[in-house]
Amino acid sequence: MWVLLGIAVIVAGFALRLNTLLVVALSALVTGLAAGLNPVDVLAAFGKAFNDARYVSVVYLVLPVIGILERHGLQQRARTAVSALKGATVGRLLIGYMLFRQATAALGLTSIAGPAQTVRPLVAPMAQAAAERQGADPDSDRVPALAAATDNVGLFFGEDIFIAIGSILLMKGVLEGFGIEVEPLHLAIWAIPTAICATLIHGSRLWRFDRKLKRESAAVAEVRA
Amino acid sequence: MIGLNFVYTVGGAAFLAFALLSASDRGNSKRWGNAAFYGLLATSFWAGDLLGDIGNGVLVLGLVAVAGFKLMGRGTQATTTDTEREAEAKARGNRVFLPALIIPAVALAGTLAFKYFPAVFDSKQVTLVGLTLGVLLALAACYAWFRPRPLTPLAEGVRLMDSVGWAAVLPQMLASLGAVFALAGVGEVVGGIAQGIIPDGSRLGAVAVYALGMAGFTMVMGNAFAAFPVMFAGVGMPVLVGIWSGDPIKVAAIGMLAGFCGTLMTPMAANFNLVPAALLELKDQNAVIKAQIPTAVPLLLANIVLLYLVSFL
Repeated sequence: MWVLLGIAVIVAGFALRLNTLLVVALSALVTGLAAGLNPVDVLAAFGKAFNDARYVSVVYLVLPVIGILERHGLQQRARTAVSALKGATVGRLLIGYMLFRQATAALGLTSIAGPAQTVRPLVAPMAQAAAERQGADPDSDRVPALAAATDNVGLFFGEDIFIAIGSILLMKGVLEGFGIEVEPLHLAIWAIPTAICATLIHGSRLWRFDRKLKRESAAVAEVRA
Repeated sequence: MIGLNFVYTVGGAAFLAFALLSASDRGNSKRWGNAAFYGLLATSFWAGDLLGDIGNGVLVLGLVAVAGFKLMGRGTQATTTDTEREAEAKARGNRVFLPALIIPAVALAGTLAFKYFPAVFDSKQVTLVGLTLGVLLALAACYAWFRPRPLTPLAEGVRLMDSVGWAAVLPQMLASLGAVFALAGVGEVVGGIAQGIIPDGSRLGAVAVYALGMAGFTMVMGNAFAAFPVMFAGVGMPVLVGIWSGDPIKVAAIGMLAGFCGTLMTPMAANFNLVPAALLELKDQNAVIKAQIPTAVPLLLANIVLLYLVSFL
């Protein structure tokens, strides 16, 4: 039971806002000591695992390519593509953005969009403007929050379809630890059913949000009348 | 044979370039911290197998020290202005996406094709080799099209790498923490608790405990990367694969996505949930999480159904 102390260290470390790498290292140390290992053995075990898991960090090789493309307008072009989505309603706009985010993440382009790249400058204001046309309260948090949520849903349930994303490589490593050799492609294929469910579930919420706004503004109009 | 040695040679070269460019960046007051961090990663890629386990452990302590003492800063690599980028985007149109698409195209093609050349390519590492080749080809295309100065793509790479900072090694660190957890038997303890909850002889119960445990553990740890090794070793492998003969690939892949549902519901995943709320200046810092819960809960249930329906075919 004492080995669960390492988990407590992680929770406490987050609560105290310590550097996350430091928290992870401390958690490893506490867990190892609780299991009766000596500190040098814990250090060696961690070092060996870190060396075996280097492939997880190979994904950063793509940064020079993304960087030079950004220099030549990649994000601006992505924004043009998103602003071409300007549908009449907030629901349709966010459904279009979710599909764009899922499709690009599935191709490994996880960093062309995001809270800083697209949501704050583009998606949230466009969604808010559409919602206000539909009679929504301009001071409410819910439309920008929904825009940020849509970005996360699109990213999470698109990226795992890309065969060289960190989570796929982590699964490959863990399965190898059990003596199971696996191609990243086979793991990626089994991300597709959940991706479809995510599209349907979040998409239907966005669609119903439009109808909700319509009902609300009708109710407001009725009170005024 | 072309395998991980090739991948790690290219990876080490990239991080060495990041280190040298950081060291020569006089505008960054913390340039030596950045240079040390990337230099240690270059060392890991190039010489990790020669350092021994304790040597690699010490290397990790170096990375933790640079991050823990906040020795890294954002570099001041020159890049284009927004106005220049707007003009470029207009002039180049959608073709600017093409070099980026070379990477997944080559990675996918490599995964499918390299297996037929086992004498040339390590058949276990075809995806990583394909990814690396894809990056090199995409870079070549960028050099041919944009005609940048030789170091420009690397400097642009450092700019992006600096914006990720120490968090870049977090996935690798969490994978290593998972290994220490495995050594210490955390998976068995968590698995013992979880298996105690599973109703006897209930396959659906086992699937539900696995998926809910993955999501719940992700909410505590803030990251599915940390939860996955523990829940997979504790419940996925011994119960779903061991007792119920599930397919380990499907159990792993859908289990990870059940973990992602947990990421949508926790303030511990600060970068996804709290940072956007701050960026959008929302009054309630948990507004994004609240907007995600009505998607995350049914999606988690959908994952349980999927696991139950497809894993045991």
